[in-house]
Amino acid sequence: MVGPLSPDSVGLVEPRSFRHEQPLALDCGRELPGFDLKYETYGSLNAARSNAILVCHALSGDHHAAGWNAPDDKRPGWWDNCIGPGKPIDTDKFFVVACNNLGGCAGSTGPNSINPATGRLWGPDFPIVTVRDWVRSQALLADHLGIERFAAVAGGSLGGMQALQWTIEFPGRVRSALLIAAAPRLSAQNIAFNEVARKAIMSDPDFHEGRYAEQGVVPRRGLMLARMLGHITYLSDGLMRQKFGRELREGKLNFGFDVEFQIESYLRHQGETFVDRFDANTYLLMTKALDYFDPAAEYDGDLARALARAQARFLVVAFSSDWRFAPERSRELVKALHTGGSAVSYAAIDSPDGHDAFLLPNEHYFGVLRAFLNRVHAELEVAA
Amino acid sequence: MTAPTDRRLDTVGQPHLQRRATDRQHETSHLRGDHALIAQWIRPGSRVLDLGCGDGGLLAHLRAARAVTGYGIELQIDKVVRCIERGVNVIQGDLDAGLADFDTGSFDYVIMSLTLQAVYFPARLLEEMLRVGREGIVAFPNFGHLNCRLQLAFGGHMPVSSALPETWYETDNIHLCTIRDFESLCHTLGIRILQRTVVNHQHRRSLGARLLPNLLGEVALYRFERKTDLGHPAAPSLHGDRP
Repeated sequence: MVGPLSPDSVGLVEPRSFRHEQPLALDCGRELPGFDLKYETYGSLNAARSNAILVCHALSGDHHAAGWNAPDDKRPGWWDNCIGPGKPIDTDKFFVVACNNLGGCAGSTGPNSINPATGRLWGPDFPIVTVRDWVRSQALLADHLGIERFAAVAGGSLGGMQALQWTIEFPGRVRSALLIAAAPRLSAQNIAFNEVARKAIMSDPDFHEGRYAEQGVVPRRGLMLARMLGHITYLSDGLMRQKFGRELREGKLNFGFDVEFQIESYLRHQGETFVDRFDANTYLLMTKALDYFDPAAEYDGDLARALARAQARFLVVAFSSDWRFAPERSRELVKALHTGGSAVSYAAIDSPDGHDAFLLPNEHYFGVLRAFLNRVHAELEVAA
Repeated sequence: MTAPTDRRLDTVGQPHLQRRATDRQHETSHLRGDHALIAQWIRPGSRVLDLGCGDGGLLAHLRAARAVTGYGIELQIDKVVRCIERGVNVIQGDLDAGLADFDTGSFDYVIMSLTLQAVYFPARLLEEMLRVGREGIVAFPNFGHLNCRLQLAFGGHMPVSSALPETWYETDNIHLCTIRDFESLCHTLGIRILQRTVVNHQHRRSLGARLLPNLLGEVALYRFERKTDLGHPAAPSLHGDRP
């Protein structure tokens, strides 16, 4: 934490853990004998318990969405610019819940937890989890917190997919849904990127078929490659050109394979820092959850029919330079939603920041979120 | 086909409807003149698509006053934000890209007020309006108005008026037309005009605009449908705004 807390920060937050003792049946046919979900909350729940917003994280996120866990933290939570007093997700008005998904590596039950059946780490034996499994586990957390119905469920990218799944799985429990830089399912190109990332991890000599922890090693090179590849797809060509151009680190070509261009240095740095905080098995699980997500599948591919049961009011936001989840993908969602009879608004934000734009402050983007949530809040007041 | 200047189509002043519209609470108080006129044509409880919906004023009014549901399409982000703020469903998009995201027959009315003249393919969009909706409603500034004619004929410059306030190099309007032009386009496209109102720039009706609409009308409003649509014959009496 650099300097004193700013007045629009949620401040120091303590992560908490929710323990569910009963078994949870998973989409893959297996079950978890019980599980822990790590979560944080910001703001306070009102007397009617109607002002809660669930924030769902993306591929490499966790429960730490806003504020600081320790005074000497270098960075706040991943969506700190958006969540706080007076911020678009206003903690003066809303009670925000953010949790780390099942299969995660930040304290929720996942590959690094002990499998009670064997007494060993789950590792690669951890069952494949889906977006729907996550949503069901989040609903149990909501029960635990006494939240019958969320004022909003929000998320970007894979988080947006969870928010979408919420509206189908628990239509009566979601007043509104914010689907940001999301898509109704992955394209073949998206799946291809995920597959290359997984292959990079699994072909690392230190991977040991997922049992690397028991060998006391980490498949660093593979995980780093996966992250480097991911990063390329999260940025836009224009942003990379603007940030790095073809700038050389030493001002001259060295005709070798060491880092010469600034972009190479940036990607390596991103890859290396990621390896220190993220787990390879979790990365495999999360990308699989992305690949499998397809709520229309049970309705002969008819997304409008899948969404016809939703009761939420929707906000869909896309970013012009996002080619990983391009605006056309968001428009598929919008079309299915209004065809299915839902109330939906759509904003296409002009931004150079690629897919990462959903994590960054942007006047128009935040203006849209604020306007939508102010409306949600005003209607809570009327309902009260 | 109705003759281009057939006065039978004109809607005459309906003070009781004007009053009813302005009596409604806050949503109504800032209602734009063209919107107030259009709102009178909308059957309660219908489903509406408003092309170029701006800040959502018309849809908010229709929702409050006529229990209408629907969507707006708007290109400018600040207006999109305004729509979202007032709880109007808005889809940010460019009308020049068409209405392909909307299913055939999914709306009762597709409205386009003071926007027709600013799109690249007005004829194509009119047809799209009647694919997506049962009826279309447009309002546009009449370039045949006396003032325009005088400015062009004697001033030798592109007209600037309260209905057409921007200079030629600043205006969004790229396809200006007259009342006669519009009606002949409707004829070509097989569009049946159900109602027409011609007003001045303050959206008031006048005897002059009724007698000589193409010469003395500044803004023209039309409600129309597909001529081939035998399943839905014109039923203006349902709208309760005939004299």
